[in-house]
Amino acid sequence: MQLIYEKSVAGRRAVRLPRRGDDARPKINAKLLRAQPAALPELSELDVVRHYTELSRRNFSVDTHFYPLGSCTMKYNPKACEVACALPGLSDLHPLWPQLRHGGLLTQGALQLLHETERLLSEICGMAEFTLQPLAGAHGELTGCMIMAAYHRDRGNQKTHILIPDSAHGTNPASAAIGGYDVRTVPSDAQGNMHLDALRAAVNSETAGLMMTCPSTLGLFVDHLQEIADIIHGVDGLMYYDGANLNAILGRVKPGKIGFDLCQLNLHKSFSTPHGGGGPGAGPVGVVEKLRPFLPISRVVKRGDGTFVLDYDAPKSIGYIAPFYGNFGVIVRAYAYLLMLGREGLRETSDAAVLNANYIQEKLRPLLKAVAPGRCMHECVFSGEPLKATGVHTLDLAKGLVDRGIHPPTIYFPLNVPEAIMIEPTESESRETLDTFVQTVTELVELAKRDPDALHRAPVTMPVGRLDEVAAAKNMDLVFKSTK
Amino acid sequence: MSHTTFLGSGSAEQQKMLAEIGAKSFDDLFADVPAEFQTADFKIADGRSELEMLQVLRSLAAKNSTLTNFCGGGFYDHFIPAAVDALASRGEFFTAYTPYQPEASQGTLQAVYEYQTAIARLTDMEAANASLYDGGTALFEGLMMALRITGRNKVLVCEGVNPIYRTMLKCYTANLSIAYEEVPLVGGLADRAAFAGRLDKTVAAVLVQNPNFFGCLDDLSDLVASAHAVGALAVFSVYPMSLGMVQTPGAMGADVVTGEGQSLGLPLSFGGPYLGFMATRKQYVRKMPGRIVGATHDAQGRRGFVLTLQAREQHIRREKAMSNICTNEGLCALRATIYLALMGKEGFARCAYQCAARAAYAFDRLRAIPGVKATYADRHFFNEFAVTLPRDAGEVISALIERGIAAGFPVGRYYPGMQNVLLLACTEKRTKAEVDILAAHLESVLKG
Repeated sequence: MQLIYEKSVAGRRAVRLPRRGDDARPKINAKLLRAQPAALPELSELDVVRHYTELSRRNFSVDTHFYPLGSCTMKYNPKACEVACALPGLSDLHPLWPQLRHGGLLTQGALQLLHETERLLSEICGMAEFTLQPLAGAHGELTGCMIMAAYHRDRGNQKTHILIPDSAHGTNPASAAIGGYDVRTVPSDAQGNMHLDALRAAVNSETAGLMMTCPSTLGLFVDHLQEIADIIHGVDGLMYYDGANLNAILGRVKPGKIGFDLCQLNLHKSFSTPHGGGGPGAGPVGVVEKLRPFLPISRVVKRGDGTFVLDYDAPKSIGYIAPFYGNFGVIVRAYAYLLMLGREGLRETSDAAVLNANYIQEKLRPLLKAVAPGRCMHECVFSGEPLKATGVHTLDLAKGLVDRGIHPPTIYFPLNVPEAIMIEPTESESRETLDTFVQTVTELVELAKRDPDALHRAPVTMPVGRLDEVAAAKNMDLVFKSTK
Repeated sequence: MSHTTFLGSGSAEQQKMLAEIGAKSFDDLFADVPAEFQTADFKIADGRSELEMLQVLRSLAAKNSTLTNFCGGGFYDHFIPAAVDALASRGEFFTAYTPYQPEASQGTLQAVYEYQTAIARLTDMEAANASLYDGGTALFEGLMMALRITGRNKVLVCEGVNPIYRTMLKCYTANLSIAYEEVPLVGGLADRAAFAGRLDKTVAAVLVQNPNFFGCLDDLSDLVASAHAVGALAVFSVYPMSLGMVQTPGAMGADVVTGEGQSLGLPLSFGGPYLGFMATRKQYVRKMPGRIVGATHDAQGRRGFVLTLQAREQHIRREKAMSNICTNEGLCALRATIYLALMGKEGFARCAYQCAARAAYAFDRLRAIPGVKATYADRHFFNEFAVTLPRDAGEVISALIERGIAAGFPVGRYYPGMQNVLLLACTEKRTKAEVDILAAHLESVLKG
């Protein structure tokens, strides 16, 4: 398919601007002007609409395909949440208005929405307070690491490193490093549980804290959580909860009540905001009472008279991590979703998500090697090793799924499971969809034994086959160079 | 009986599924979770219907004011053609995720390649990444990139850089061993002498913004050359709409260009989601953070697109990654790509011209008001400029809000000693009549 630039024809136009704007000459000296206009496409509106509509059809998505991408919580995104965030009064609000004198009065609805979302997330997580500012999950992790650093500085603690299990998402160690800490990896066993002896050996007075997700990336609730928390708290370390897998325990477990001191949530996962082909997300951070002073500036404060103001006076705060109040449009969608879900919907969500994962796990257990001997949580992890004898790898299985209209699960993660296949169906999917998936995997496993090359060739039904990634990295063709 | 409408299966089906996998109840599935960790105590209201939810949201939206807006400060009220929303809200784009399976994600991947091309063409640079969170975090990532390339740890930041971004840079550099120094403006432009006095072989980068926070345009080529002379890089923050007409950072010799892409088809939305963009020279691509899409081919020679150079990223490199960034702002980058395709070569330039011409008109009208003077009368500007009022700008803004106008931003909030300075912006959406009304009210407020 051609690029939009290859379709460009000189002289075509899509947008007509008002006939005005010539009432004064711009105050720009000629030498401050660009030499020639940027080479943007020249097309009619229909050209552009056809182009991007056609491109959209070259995507798998939740709206069109089963998308059991493990660890990503690809649940359905209710359409009403899109209506909510596009409402006039929300979508067109200028972020600097609250900084004008008495400007908070201009944005009372927005501030109230932020405050109520903070209260909802605090209640769901058992935390004292939330900041909605972090712009993505990894940004929330970084914010959390900075809060840890501010806490330890305030206490006069000399802390140098953060502990992270080897099964953690790659963002955890990367965030800790950008937050200024060394990273020490704690090994875990085949079920993803941390070795307590290894943990005790790694912990010392310079341990700032431990970052972990629960359920772990293997989809299992972590054992010995209480002991782990006691070990970390014993050196005035902080327990950081990576909320990537919160969908498993929504409405049933409050991280803040089981030993965690701070957490980040991914609104684009558990709270149903669209993944958008890779963002925008939102990564609010919740903290227990003792960490409240270190939250980023500004804070939304509810006053005695029921009005809301922004408070910029926080001497112990880590400062400004985002330009304003977070990814507001994403927060509005999550708030709308939570209003519809309500108290009982929280637990119904995790119940259904965990049921769907266990259903798939039990149906596929005879075919592939399940990591969990018993129940899993919101996702089930398999090893594709049983197929090795046929010469078919997990990657081949994934491409076979693509040919059959199913987005593959997460593959080759977690790193400690060989040929890993990580399946997260979410609560949104119906029994028929799960059955179709199981049936398809069953057929692919049969095919692997009968005709492995058929899977090595897959996919064959897509606009392109397997792409040469080595050539991509070598050639670095990152922008289109017109030949015209 | 389940209450939510977002579950795939009904209660009876769920009970059958439980039975099939040998579970008596949902609680059975959670047997590995210690009982003392489980709670049903959630002080949250019952779920609402879609209708009720929208009623709540509408009433919240109605509590926000509607004013004629001349407030910019890096974030602008531009027109968005309807086709941007229509196309970007297609579920095939909207509900897809990171294109880790390229054959099933060619739509997203090609759109990102087109986006990278658009950003490179706007900025006159050789390469761009797939986007970052916002203009401020993009500038911080540009700073970090300069540290990696030069192996040095000192940065000189011009006070013309948006003060909101500078507070973010200070916050992010606090935990890292980075020497952060700000260099003042003189007469509304980067102070060449002050930079010259600080530039030496310990400096990794100079960070500048064009147009700067006061709206002033500057040919920074000489400052870039001075930085290069001591082996430092030039990291820019730019306002993309201005690139419809003003000198590009690439032409001034920039090494890394960042900016806030909100003006390219994204609503103001009270501060986000926005779009951080980043472009650089080809030799620095491997030091650039964030996702990058590259063109390649399949075994049959068909062109396709993949995420490339992933060895820089956190899921491979973990704590040694270029950055901790995982997601980009995919949907926002898609909106910008569609916006630029619709505006087109001529339309984008014309839109920029209208912004500048309308601001020039406002400048002339306001400057004619007794007591109002141009803060930097000799400077050239794109669509934003500063005027000095005879009294506190914050008070004047308050008075104009009473009259339905957000007249601009009080500069004194971030620049001590400039309490009387008002910063205003015009976009193509502001009409001549609205400028005339602003001028009339400002004159009357100043008289009163």
